[in-house]
Amino acid sequence: MRDAGMIERAPLLNALTHVLMIAGLLIAAFPIYVVFIASTHDLPTVNRVPMPLWPGEHLVQNYTTVWNKSDFGAKMINSLIVATGVTIGKITLAALTAFSIVFFRYRARMLIFWAIFITLMLPLEVRIVPTYAVAADVAEPLRWLVWLFGFELGIAPINLLNTYTGLILPLVATATGTFLYRQFFLTIPDTLVEAARMDGAGPLRFFREHLLPLSRNNMAALATIMFVYAWNQYLWPLLITTDARMATATMQLQKIVPGPLFGQPPVWNEAMAATLLVMVPPLLVVIFMQGAFVRGLVATDK
Amino acid sequence: MDRRATFDNLWLAGALVAPQILLVIVFFYWPTMQALYWAFSTQPPFGGTNQWVGWQNFQQIFADAVYWNSVRVSIIFAALSTALSIGMALLLALMIDRQLAGHKAYRFVYFWPYAIAAPAVGLAFRFIFAPDAGFVSAINQLAPNLWNPALKGWDAMILIVIANSWKMMAYNFIFFLAALQSIPRGLIEAAAMDGSGVLRRARDIQIPLLAPTLFFLLVINITESFVDSFGIIDITTGGGPARATDLMVFKIYSDGFKGLDYSMAAAQSIVLMLLVIGLTFVQFRYVEKRVHYA
Amino acid sequence: MADIAIRNVEKSYGKTAVLHGINLEIADGEFLVILGPSGCGKSTLLRMIAGLEGITRGEIAIAGRVVNTLEPRERGCAMVFQNYALYPHMTVAENIGYALKVAGLPKAERERRVAEIARIVGLEAFLARRPSELSGGQRQRVAMGRAMIREPKVFLFDEPLSNLDAKLRVQMRLEIRRLHQRLQATSVFVTHDQIEAMSLADRIVVMNQGRIEQAGPPRLLYAEPATRFVASFLGAPAMNLLPATIVAKDRARMADGTEIALDPGRFVVEIGQAVEIGIRPEDVMIVWPGSEGAHALEVEFTEDMGSSRLIHTRLGGMEFTVLQPAAQIEAEGHLPITIPEDAIHLFDRHSGKRLERHIPVIGTAASAAA
Repeated sequence: MRDAGMIERAPLLNALTHVLMIAGLLIAAFPIYVVFIASTHDLPTVNRVPMPLWPGEHLVQNYTTVWNKSDFGAKMINSLIVATGVTIGKITLAALTAFSIVFFRYRARMLIFWAIFITLMLPLEVRIVPTYAVAADVAEPLRWLVWLFGFELGIAPINLLNTYTGLILPLVATATGTFLYRQFFLTIPDTLVEAARMDGAGPLRFFREHLLPLSRNNMAALATIMFVYAWNQYLWPLLITTDARMATATMQLQKIVPGPLFGQPPVWNEAMAATLLVMVPPLLVVIFMQGAFVRGLVATDK
Repeated sequence: MDRRATFDNLWLAGALVAPQILLVIVFFYWPTMQALYWAFSTQPPFGGTNQWVGWQNFQQIFADAVYWNSVRVSIIFAALSTALSIGMALLLALMIDRQLAGHKAYRFVYFWPYAIAAPAVGLAFRFIFAPDAGFVSAINQLAPNLWNPALKGWDAMILIVIANSWKMMAYNFIFFLAALQSIPRGLIEAAAMDGSGVLRRARDIQIPLLAPTLFFLLVINITESFVDSFGIIDITTGGGPARATDLMVFKIYSDGFKGLDYSMAAAQSIVLMLLVIGLTFVQFRYVEKRVHYA
Repeated sequence: MADIAIRNVEKSYGKTAVLHGINLEIADGEFLVILGPSGCGKSTLLRMIAGLEGITRGEIAIAGRVVNTLEPRERGCAMVFQNYALYPHMTVAENIGYALKVAGLPKAERERRVAEIARIVGLEAFLARRPSELSGGQRQRVAMGRAMIREPKVFLFDEPLSNLDAKLRVQMRLEIRRLHQRLQATSVFVTHDQIEAMSLADRIVVMNQGRIEQAGPPRLLYAEPATRFVASFLGAPAMNLLPATIVAKDRARMADGTEIALDPGRFVVEIGQAVEIGIRPEDVMIVWPGSEGAHALEVEFTEDMGSSRLIHTRLGGMEFTVLQPAAQIEAEGHLPITIPEDAIHLFDRHSGKRLERHIPVIGTAASAAA
């Protein structure tokens, strides 16, 4: 407790601090609360200005409608599959890559590190069109790669549109995760490696029996932020899923409201019910894994 | 990063990095190259291979008032939402760091917005700020259309700025608070012994020591506002009204996927990419110098 | 004039009490050292004087004025922190002058006083540097200068030397003593290092588990420790403590039957009382083999300490050390010793209190310890 001990007589300032903290609480929580309240009213009530701030009686009805109307359950499961797949993929790749560049000595490892690190400067949003093209035929870059080495290869086009692979794979490479694992592995003392080698453990055994257990905290921190990141993906699923069965919950939000701001207004109570459904899983992760989430964010501050 | 003790099975080392390297090449570098190629070529109207056209695409976008409009609104959006979210977050972090009664409960809730997906944030704020529902339109009782983000460009801009700031405020708050808590307690006490009160300490000790964090967050917020704003805009304003919120990233998307003009979209992507690369470089350079006070 | 009165002061964090009823008077101009192991509450007590911790019960008065509710800045104290707590973003001059800046003094006046302080602490050449560009000793001096510039009524030191290497620590100790002689300000110095305490203090307060064990001049605490704790904490190498039982007015017997002679006039004891016999290693006398009343100790090994030699032995089955000038012949095999009766300290084994007919009162201190 920082100030708890110090004698400080600042009643006015303390009052102001409390006022500001409460204001902050309202700012942070009010929109979430509004989403919830709006999802409990019928349409005429929700369209009143201003909307009542107490819950109505149509909660079950609204959620049932949303759930059935757009097959929302299936979308939530898609989101869960994608978010889990991306999380596991990112953690696995980050750990393996960092293990290679920290615990092996070869010339290309700095090159590899930078090749991964530079991807921070190439966010999906700015290379969106060509990445879409790659997903439409992922064999194309492979053909080129092979051609560079002087071979012709007749791989048939591989189309990732409307597949889980397509939803997951392009999001799995992770500069921040690799960096976090690298930082962590660098703190492992040389003597531990030497002791393991004296005990006759090879690299894979060392990785499995020493590094993985030691990096459990690291993994939890990374897993929380990556899950939230993956669940919240919007643009990529929007592009590569044309089949409604492959849609994720987050992108489904766009489908249940009519065009932005113009034309007819959305059916607000149902829209807000869907919004809440999309909000809840990552929010639960943050609420229950608060420590790991904050650690993960601050540690991967790019 | 040299260690004394390493393993020497290089085939294994290669196999361990191979999956990620493959993904990075296929989904990052290849598309980037592709974008470069498209940016310097055009596709003939009736198919066939692209023709190299040099800087023509860039000349075309730089001569386009609609493109400059998207640059202008991007900058306005970046400046406003960065200032708002950083300002709010800093104030809240300073208050929470005083550790008065209840601060833990407040702090807990302040994290929440960052967990929420951009389109969900967008939809929530679209409702709250709707011209004919929600809350803010209550002021329209004073005069019709006093508030109408569907018709008024600035109202739409304010709407997306507030939505984006709300989410980023939580992110910035987490970093400011972590930085404040890493300031040694002794420094605050020493300043108190030196006669400095709460506000004076914030001004003379805490905020100067937050400078590296502040700078880092500035860069991150600007970058995020350039790229991450897509989800909010797509679901709230759709770039309108009258292109008042047609940010660069949104324009790339609509030109590429709605207009199907890959070359124009690619040229714009390259410009945005250069902006992001520039910002990231500034950030890296600074990360090196980031002072950690013991 | 700034004397400090601490009356029935208690401190608890929630249900955990860390200080139990502390009473202490510190005279104006006195250099008082609070000595104790980590966790004994010594730093908490210091921070309560400074105003950095609230007072749960009791009161603290500085110069006759109760300061319980006063903020740190209103108490007229300056503090030197353990890690110096220098402002890393300010130069040495700004660090030293910060208090004056906060107080709103004009720039010219500030610069004059900073220059003067810098001269005293020997930092004139470093005024433009940042703390990160200074050595440990220099940082220490900045911390001292920052405390001095306010011309405080009271100096508080929170283990200020613990981060320095051994040589620098001795040197800074002397400088602190010199400064005190020059400024004559009331000083409270917290440490866990008994040598620091012995060499700096006008008076030492030994604390243990939130209580004062004993207070008095260094010499008195060394010569007549009031409790077993003080006896074992002061002095290096540490006092030998042998558990025994009183079997006669003039004799105590250890578990294995070894008997140790006591001066019957000195102690108030009962037959059968469980005691601990304390003998400082340097008080043990080596005698000729076969001397009357000699104990033959089995030598385990010897540590050569340069000017002296520390012999590790066993007496009555317990570890027992003997300190002898290095000039004497090396002991091997069996070492015959006697224990002078007037060198014996006797403590009750249960209460840990010193068993003596009367404890001589020196100064005002011993009464506070009672």
